[in-house]
Amino acid sequence: MISDDPSFGGLRFMQLGMVALAIGMLFGVIGGFQFLFPEFLQELLFTKTRPMHVSMVIASIFLIAIGGIYFYLPRQCKLALFSVRAVSWHYWIFLTTGLAIIACYLSGKFGGREYFEFPPILSLPIFLSWIMFGVNYFKTVRQDKKPWPVYYWMWGTGIVFFFITYTESHLWLIPYFRDNMVREIMVQWKSYGALTGSWNMLVYGTALYIATRISGCDKYARSKLAFSLYFLGLFNLMFGWAHHTYFVPSETWIRTFAYFVSMTELYIFGKIIWDWRSSLEDWQKNRYCNAYRFLIAADIWVFVNLGLALIISVPAFNLFTHGTHITVAHAMGSTIGINMMVLLASVFYVIREELPNEVHANCSRQLRFGFWTANISLAVFFSALILAGIGKGVYDGASFQEMMTGIRPFLLAFTLSGVSMMVGFWIILWHGFRLMGKIIAPVRLSAAQAA
Amino acid sequence: MYTFQIYTSGTDVKHIMPISDTARHGQQLYQDNNCVACHQFYGLGGYMGPDLTNVISNRGEPYARAFITAGSARMPNFGLSTAEIDALLTFLAFVDQTGTYPLENYSVSWIGSVAQVDDPQ
Repeated sequence: MISDDPSFGGLRFMQLGMVALAIGMLFGVIGGFQFLFPEFLQELLFTKTRPMHVSMVIASIFLIAIGGIYFYLPRQCKLALFSVRAVSWHYWIFLTTGLAIIACYLSGKFGGREYFEFPPILSLPIFLSWIMFGVNYFKTVRQDKKPWPVYYWMWGTGIVFFFITYTESHLWLIPYFRDNMVREIMVQWKSYGALTGSWNMLVYGTALYIATRISGCDKYARSKLAFSLYFLGLFNLMFGWAHHTYFVPSETWIRTFAYFVSMTELYIFGKIIWDWRSSLEDWQKNRYCNAYRFLIAADIWVFVNLGLALIISVPAFNLFTHGTHITVAHAMGSTIGINMMVLLASVFYVIREELPNEVHANCSRQLRFGFWTANISLAVFFSALILAGIGKGVYDGASFQEMMTGIRPFLLAFTLSGVSMMVGFWIILWHGFRLMGKIIAPVRLSAAQAA
Repeated sequence: MYTFQIYTSGTDVKHIMPISDTARHGQQLYQDNNCVACHQFYGLGGYMGPDLTNVISNRGEPYARAFITAGSARMPNFGLSTAEIDALLTFLAFVDQTGTYPLENYSVSWIGSVAQVDDPQ
């Protein structure tokens, strides 16, 4: 069904993102158990569960962030979408490609690349839909003749750089890159680092948008600090990836260039939210209590992850942390603690705006329970990964199996906290999905009547 | 300019022998079986199994062959043919000569940077 209501598409993207996240977490938990008990669900090999988990979670970040942009532009920024129909096409291409990717994983057809473990031919529809998204976005926001707030710049930059870095991540298909192992790895991780930066642009832009709207004051989105964050994020996006490749034998200057670069972006992002928080009145915090709560959680996780990122970006420490679960703690801590919290703030901001009384009346206790369960579990999860990483970091290379046995208690804590975290998020996602459905229902009805 | 450097001279590792067709086939098999889900090169990849950068020089080809052929408690037997196993081992030997991971001989400077003493570059 294709609706001509401009806000409909964005909400559907957000709903699909919540479904992808819920399923992605389930596969993460299954993978966790397979880590502990390799014979667990043997029909579904770890080589399948891991890409299912990674791809679904990455897809959920994009879906919720894109959904927010498609919703906020026509509904709140009062900019008519250049093409409502292109939003529907984007949605269906994303959904169909996602289903094809899942089918490939489950049937054991892999592209075998980190992050994108599906056959590369399936990247073509992703490229196509992204071009549609980019054209639609820029043609829409250019209607705004005033100087753009920082979130427009961030969203636009995220869109452009995703296209560039996603293209770069496919250069391995060319023999010139593929035949040189060092070049292959360097270009792969350069593109992945920048690609993460591109989705961070979409997420941080969303965070600043919500913060601006909740405070009712545009000054944060036009402040020097916000634009400093933007330019620093852009710098980081281009150069901050190299801490992944300190020990790949490329030129030394390339390996050490990002030593100080990747440290700064998170700090400024944290500071903006912190400053914004202290400026809010109590009524504003109460009115948007769920969105506010998720943004504050994101801010706290920014500082936690900043501390860890500082440590692992020092090559002397990276020597011991690289290739261990500490890197996983960094990746998952950032993805769940920062990206997911910001995106859930976006979901509940939309719900609060469209259904002012629903959350308070029906599910605020369950949401609070889900929120605290998810965050406390994430703290245990994060700590367990760091401890497991220390165990692997001091591993002398003698017996891999012995090392895995040694860190087993931490992996057990990691898996069990993963289960409780999933339960916490599922509660939140269920209410988010359900309430968003309530927003969509009248829109769908009016579109059907109009047809 | 930065990107161009990475695409060209910055990663132009002179000491590496050119990749053979058999190693290319092994590389394709490595991807087709999604080995990256569990294994790493230079510490990049999954964590279910060990890093394979120097598995050939550290453990020897027969050791790697035995694991690929029979599997283990943590690794399934992928049912590869002898020719495919040979190709995979040739690819692992190709990766092995590109460098050392984890570093064995290195020095740490006062600013926290690390220099590999036996850096092949």
